[in-house]
Amino acid sequence: MIPRWIYVPAALGTVLVVLPLAGMASRVAWGDFLGLVTSDSALTALSLSLRTSLASTLLCVLLGAPMALVLARTTFPGQGVVRALVLLPLVLPPVVGGIALLYTFGRRGLLGDQLDVLGIQVAFSTTAVVLAQTFVSLPFLVVSLEGALRTAGQRYEIVAATLGARPTTVLRRVTLPLVLPGLVSGAVLAFARSLGEFGATITFAGSLEGTTRTLPLYIYNLRVTDPEAAVAMSLVLVVVAVAVVGLASRRGRVGERP
Amino acid sequence: MRRLAPAAASVALLLSLAGCGGSDDEATTLTVYAAASLTSTFEQLADEFEQEHPGTEVQLSFGGSSDLVTQIKEGAHADVFASADLATMQKLTDDDLADGDPQDFATNTLEIAVPPGNPAGITGLADLATPGVNLVVCAPEVPCGAATRAVADAAGVALSPVSEEQSVTDVLAKVTSGEADAGLVYRTDVQAAGEDVRGIELPEADSAVNTYPIVVVQGADEAALAHEFVDLVLGAAGQQVLADAGFGPP
Repeated sequence: MIPRWIYVPAALGTVLVVLPLAGMASRVAWGDFLGLVTSDSALTALSLSLRTSLASTLLCVLLGAPMALVLARTTFPGQGVVRALVLLPLVLPPVVGGIALLYTFGRRGLLGDQLDVLGIQVAFSTTAVVLAQTFVSLPFLVVSLEGALRTAGQRYEIVAATLGARPTTVLRRVTLPLVLPGLVSGAVLAFARSLGEFGATITFAGSLEGTTRTLPLYIYNLRVTDPEAAVAMSLVLVVVAVAVVGLASRRGRVGERP
Repeated sequence: MRRLAPAAASVALLLSLAGCGGSDDEATTLTVYAAASLTSTFEQLADEFEQEHPGTEVQLSFGGSSDLVTQIKEGAHADVFASADLATMQKLTDDDLADGDPQDFATNTLEIAVPPGNPAGITGLADLATPGVNLVVCAPEVPCGAATRAVADAAGVALSPVSEEQSVTDVLAKVTSGEADAGLVYRTDVQAAGEDVRGIELPEADSAVNTYPIVVVQGADEAALAHEFVDLVLGAAGQQVLADAGFGPP
């Protein structure tokens, strides 16, 4: 039971979010829609976006899951500071992230000389796109998984350990199955964030069709010369995002049951 | 009634936010939309204009010319518009949003910008097509990109950039950070960047001269002042400021 007046600001907030989407949808040229969203450039951008977002989601899981485990299941001095630093990309403007990445992995960056010796050029490559996406998406996975780990508690893990299971077995057979919904929803959120990543990518990776021009960069490029195509592609991105977020929240509810 | 206070407060807040952005009642504000490449010169001219017209405040909005036209078409409040090329100005006049005919006030040509020390040893346009050279240019959709394409075509050089940026300032940023070996930007950008980049003149640059037109926007709130600002830009004082920044005469 909530007080009835709560509905007024709640409705206003909903309108604030939904109205711009309706405004955009009102500008879609439905007649040409299919042609606009299936042009070669559009499909190239969409495919690049999906591939890089999948790669960065995989990286987020591989790196983020251990980070969440360390943060949720251990205590060490300075843990609060470490957590704050890890979560920083959540609140950092992505363009700042892009500048930070440039000064780290760029040619004149912190690791520039080492990478140069190895013959690796990161800037202007698809690797740079994945790196930028991983940088901004990682905290989403860490936050959701750490929350799931804390909610699940350690009871079953302790029982398994007293029954003689080794730590890796406990992790594989008890902990991970228990927090799987949290891990999945974190991965979905990370994927959605990667798909929408713009600021860090354009600052760090540049914009070239087929290599670094992901869907958001393509839309940014297009909005000036071909607003109709830009709106059509924006709608595609909205639909994908809604589907992804919907999937994540359904998973989340399933996760609440145990 | 007290129970409704938070709801009323949120509505009031929204309404007060909607009221923001309205002009001050006291000072007169002249809003000038200008191409990003005009930033330093128009800031200087705005100061001059404010001194000549006490009580007037010149509000400057810089951005890609095409972006600015889109904003004006969507109802942004602008009194004066200065574009970086004729094609973009045409988009404004086509929509009957210009008060009178646009007047040309400056020209600009492309130059190669390289990081200090010129690590890739660039000497001219032909070097930019060498494999392994990280070249950054403007996307063909924006004025500086159109000029880049014209220059490359005139020279018969096929450029293969590693990135096509949305504005000339983005190209310059990639060069000053040392990420790119070379970029094609305007002469005036090289001059404004000072020590951070070195400019290499292009003999082929004359095949793509960008002409900058300026016009008073139809329905401007401050039409009289707007015309005076345009006169300042076209007059001797304005032309001197532009020439000092490296712009060519119209």
